[in-house]
Amino acid sequence: MLKIKNLQVKLEEEDKQILKGVDLEVPAGKVHAIMGPNGSGKSTLSYVLSGRDGYEVTGGEAMLEDEDLLELEPEERAAAGLFLAFQYPVEIPGVGNMTFLRTAVNAQRKARGEEEMSAAEFLKFIRAKAKDLKIDADMLKRPVNVGFSGGEKKRNEILQMAMLEPKMCILDETDSGLDVDAMKLVSEGVNALRDEGRAFLVITHYQRLLDHIKPDVVHIMARGRIVKSGGPELALEVENNGYADILAELDA
Amino acid sequence: MSVAVKQESGLISVENRPASGAWAAKAREEAAARLTKMGLPKRRDEYWKWTRPEALLADTAAHAAVFDYEGEAPVFDAIDRLKIVFVDGVFDAAASDDLAGEKFEIERLSEAAAKDIHWASQVYGVLEASGHNPVPRPLAAHNSAMANDGVVIRVTGRVERPVSLIYQHKSDSSDAVLHNVIKLEEGSKLTLLENGTAASRLSMVTEVDVASKAEFHHVRAQGRDHERQLATHMYARLQTESMFKSFTMSVNGKLTRNECVIEILGDDAIAHIAGAALGDGNDGVFHHDDTVFITHDAVNCESRQVFKKVLKNGATGVFQGKILVKPDAQKTDGYQKSQSLLLDDDSQFLAKPELEIYADDVACSHGSTSGAIDEEAMFYLRSRGVPEKIATDLLVLAFLADAIDEIENEAIVEDIVSKLEAWLERHRS
Repeated sequence: MLKIKNLQVKLEEEDKQILKGVDLEVPAGKVHAIMGPNGSGKSTLSYVLSGRDGYEVTGGEAMLEDEDLLELEPEERAAAGLFLAFQYPVEIPGVGNMTFLRTAVNAQRKARGEEEMSAAEFLKFIRAKAKDLKIDADMLKRPVNVGFSGGEKKRNEILQMAMLEPKMCILDETDSGLDVDAMKLVSEGVNALRDEGRAFLVITHYQRLLDHIKPDVVHIMARGRIVKSGGPELALEVENNGYADILAELDA
Repeated sequence: MSVAVKQESGLISVENRPASGAWAAKAREEAAARLTKMGLPKRRDEYWKWTRPEALLADTAAHAAVFDYEGEAPVFDAIDRLKIVFVDGVFDAAASDDLAGEKFEIERLSEAAAKDIHWASQVYGVLEASGHNPVPRPLAAHNSAMANDGVVIRVTGRVERPVSLIYQHKSDSSDAVLHNVIKLEEGSKLTLLENGTAASRLSMVTEVDVASKAEFHHVRAQGRDHERQLATHMYARLQTESMFKSFTMSVNGKLTRNECVIEILGDDAIAHIAGAALGDGNDGVFHHDDTVFITHDAVNCESRQVFKKVLKNGATGVFQGKILVKPDAQKTDGYQKSQSLLLDDDSQFLAKPELEIYADDVACSHGSTSGAIDEEAMFYLRSRGVPEKIATDLLVLAFLADAIDEIENEAIVEDIVSKLEAWLERHRS
């Protein structure tokens, strides 16, 4: 599904290399997790894949199935099936959550040459999805993320994911700012979307999210590279010992 | 607009005033005297620094060509309303609805002015005359001296069906000076809609007298007339527990100056004035000026000014807004918001927010900002698959939302929003 080869990225405005050759492959139907110390480049990877400004790709490639992601505008990447659940979902005063979602769903459908969803169809669809995530009608009516609690914002991200039905979902520290109950709710939302045709890349600092969203593979990212990959036990190892041993191996 | 005034060696003569009965003759004569005394607006006048008065004066103002809008339905088309049509500044009875109705009386200004005695004498030119201190508004005095048509409405009960003034422009050389007088009696209610182009040159004054516990709602759409050079003046006088709410949508046009002068004279009254202007300099010139003056002269009143401008391709927006709180106007709650969204580096927004407060127990503030599209919000929308142009439109409408929220009637809100959406779609860059 997602194939990243030797991806190198620097900040556009500064002479600072963030990603120094990332290699990563996430097959369809699988959940991969990326863990790593602060400043290792995890969030940068998610932003570069989704097309945020401010970064310059200096080498390598990133393919979503047979689409070259790096050649596409952010909206084209979304229409191709990429979704990023933001670490800090953006508040947009004045744009209703419902209007936002309907515009997004229909823009993607249009870009893929599919028929747009009617207002009635959309309403039925969103009500069902919102109910699963315990999102009430009021949250749908309010402006996007405005006045939402941390948990509500993350649930709203998962709602968007459920509505847009992407092929490749990247979750950037979706557990940050969540209490235990909210984490459970969000994880259930994610697990409900697990599917043969869909892949996940879960970026997190903590093993506890991976108790709820069980990964197939865990990668450790440090200093702009994937430095170690393994099974779910690797996350436990990090939880118990921190990154010191892994970083020491790098220096050795 | 334009003012057919000649200025020779410093003296202004107002010629060809319409024939009138006793009260109107007196009102017009007094207005002409006021105009002569204050003179025409000049560039060096404090409130004309940013808008060129020459574009609004007869000797120098150009006539606007009739614009062919190719059958596109005008704003308010689907709203159930009582229609009053003016063509090139002249009332068109055939195109208008029957003006008779319950809880209100509607007359043409020209009919009311022909009578020797009329209640309109208590309002016509009176609010305008009172609104020159401390800032003279000569174009309004000129209008009072010269107006040849308009409506005179007295409302005696709560009227739910809006009254709609539709201005049509069919001649390339029409001069219209329209003056509306609206008197809301105690506890009454009226919603007034205004749209259309009116004439190739136009001046417009509306005076609204709101008695205690009365409610006046006003929604105005200025669009279509792409060569519009227009000055409008809206005057309101508010008594105890009354409400005044006005919203104006402005798009297109070369130069538009909307002045609003509100005097709050009764306790516990509410005055809200809002505007949403969208300008694209690529249509030619776009210069939009909102000049507002609100005087609080009573206790525990609320005023809101909410003005939003979206500017691109060298468009200019001007906001001059003032809240004056007189010494006895305690517990005044006044807020003024003037914001612009600049879609490129070529456009500019000039703002002069002013507070002048003589009472000591008040809450008054203002916020004036200029900004660009929020990049974080833009990326968020695009990451969900919304193309940049559609995302821009969504964010522009979001920016205008506070101003549009001042319209209470939901059907009218939807209508205005659909017009704004259509304009944005036509002006995507």
